[in-house]
Amino acid sequence: MVRLPKWFIPTLYIVFLMLPIYGLLSMSFKTTNEILGGFSFFPQEFTLENYVKIFTDPTWYNGYINSLIYVVINTVISISVALPAAYAFSRYKFLGDKHLFFWLLTNRMAPPAVFALPFFQLYSAINLFDTHIAVALAHCLFNIPLAVWILEGFMSGIPKELDETAYLDGYSFWRFFLRIFVPTIAAGIGVAAFFCFMYSWVELLLAKTLTSVDAKPIAATMTRTASTSGYELGLLAAAGSLTLIPGAFVIYFVRNYIAKGFALGRV
Amino acid sequence: MAIELHNVVKQVDGQTHIYDTSLNLVKGEFNILLGTTLSGKTTLMRLMAGLEKPTSGEIWFDGENVTRIPVQKRNVAMVYQAFINYPSFSVYENIASPLKVAGLSKSQVDERVMKIADLLKLTPMLNRQPSELSGGQQQRTALARALVKGSDLVLLDEPLANLDYKLREELRDELPKLFADTGATVVYATSEPLEALLLGGNTATLDRGRVVQFGPTAQTYRNPVSLTGAKVFSDPPINTARVRKSGDNIQLSDSIQWKAPAHVVKLDDGEYTIGIRPHQIKISGVGVNVKGKVQIAEISGSESIIRMTVENNNWVCETHGIHAFEVGEEVDFFFDAERCLYFDNAEKFIAAQAME
Repeated sequence: MVRLPKWFIPTLYIVFLMLPIYGLLSMSFKTTNEILGGFSFFPQEFTLENYVKIFTDPTWYNGYINSLIYVVINTVISISVALPAAYAFSRYKFLGDKHLFFWLLTNRMAPPAVFALPFFQLYSAINLFDTHIAVALAHCLFNIPLAVWILEGFMSGIPKELDETAYLDGYSFWRFFLRIFVPTIAAGIGVAAFFCFMYSWVELLLAKTLTSVDAKPIAATMTRTASTSGYELGLLAAAGSLTLIPGAFVIYFVRNYIAKGFALGRV
Repeated sequence: MAIELHNVVKQVDGQTHIYDTSLNLVKGEFNILLGTTLSGKTTLMRLMAGLEKPTSGEIWFDGENVTRIPVQKRNVAMVYQAFINYPSFSVYENIASPLKVAGLSKSQVDERVMKIADLLKLTPMLNRQPSELSGGQQQRTALARALVKGSDLVLLDEPLANLDYKLREELRDELPKLFADTGATVVYATSEPLEALLLGGNTATLDRGRVVQFGPTAQTYRNPVSLTGAKVFSDPPINTARVRKSGDNIQLSDSIQWKAPAHVVKLDDGEYTIGIRPHQIKISGVGVNVKGKVQIAEISGSESIIRMTVENNNWVCETHGIHAFEVGEEVDFFFDAERCLYFDNAEKFIAAQAME
């Protein structure tokens, strides 16, 4: 029997995994004509024009800025609301705590499309339509339950005696919570923040429905531009390549914590 | 600090964890709470610390009712069985934390932390994180944090239970010395009778949420008020048997009988219960001879533990040296009748037993 070298299968896997991403990157350096003309593995006429267009045209780069703004707002809201909630779930017993915890998760079970119309009407009624905060709040619907779920797992791994020791040492609840407890579960906060960031970053439907011009996300810019000025595939590929960057950046910082989160079974 | 518990009762979800308990701990000394798991040691400590509120009853510190005073204001220190330190703080910051919260100046904090670190041999580790320490060092850090405050009441909840044998012995020797100069009242929970004897001080024997007896450790050991007290303060468990007393004769069975000691002779004739500690049963020598059928013989260090049946009673003999016995073998055992503990039908101790 022929033995495959140890590196063979992983390499094959990585090649298949990276192929579409390579395709996207390579397309972003081609002209639209070349893309439509036929398949080529390397750009024949290497061009940076697509990127130049994105970084100079406000309708393009504002898309990134808008997306980043509501994603960051959403992450901050989700984590600051989920921290005390997760603490309550991990430390206290109250009537229906288990049911409430499960109910939180059910918020993730309905497709966001279900909520698009009521949200649209609600936000229009209170003049929040086409604002960053509208999208950030809408994304809380599925990010807060997720953050609570992840953080609760990390917090339950911290013995209750730690809280008690702090009280015995004279700490008040909030001083203990902010000075001792939050740093102790920093890894969990990192993981939760990453997932909030990621889900908010890739969510298109709610973001598109709740915005028109001022807070228009990059994904919406991409679909709209493509339909009005023909198929500018090179430009789209460049825009797509750029959307990968924030995710890659964030994942770099939390990569070690995520492994820990997996070990706790909560990611 | 003098700690008094007045008729303290603790119930959780309709279950009673601590039955009506009144206890006056001895000021400035070691007070040991001895009992098995679920006997209520930890609950009693948590009540003293203020981590839990009693269902009824009062807790007094130095003549002041502290029942309603929250834990932060009681100035109590506690060390748990699990090594609890603040993971995000260095060892130095861990030890300094209660002082910083109390608002001491930087130089005062530094001085006291250095002194305690030196006492507990933690000076070289001050800049490390708790996760980089061995178990023994982690528990030393926890002890240092408890000591540095200069609390009048220090609660130690089985602090040595998670340490390996050698470290346990080492710290057990150090503990009384560490607290001797502070004048603090120390409450020490343990499930090991031997540990209580080695630490001395005073011992309260606990059984299923009740304090059976409280007094100087040696006295609690020698003169248990009841069979329950003797059982709690004996490891392996104390051997018991029903005996019949008639005149000056004590009869365990037709073949096993002996002469009653003076303080038993004067009692009414009838049935009594005797208790013999495992180490008082010998495999050679003089005294009352009983034939035991060996169930199992195990060796623990330099001791042999022999489990046997004597006239349908399950007994244990703990003896020096290594002795091998076949299972089912009939062996002669001996015990000193003078050292037997006698209990009446209400399992109350009949006093005036020979001193060891």
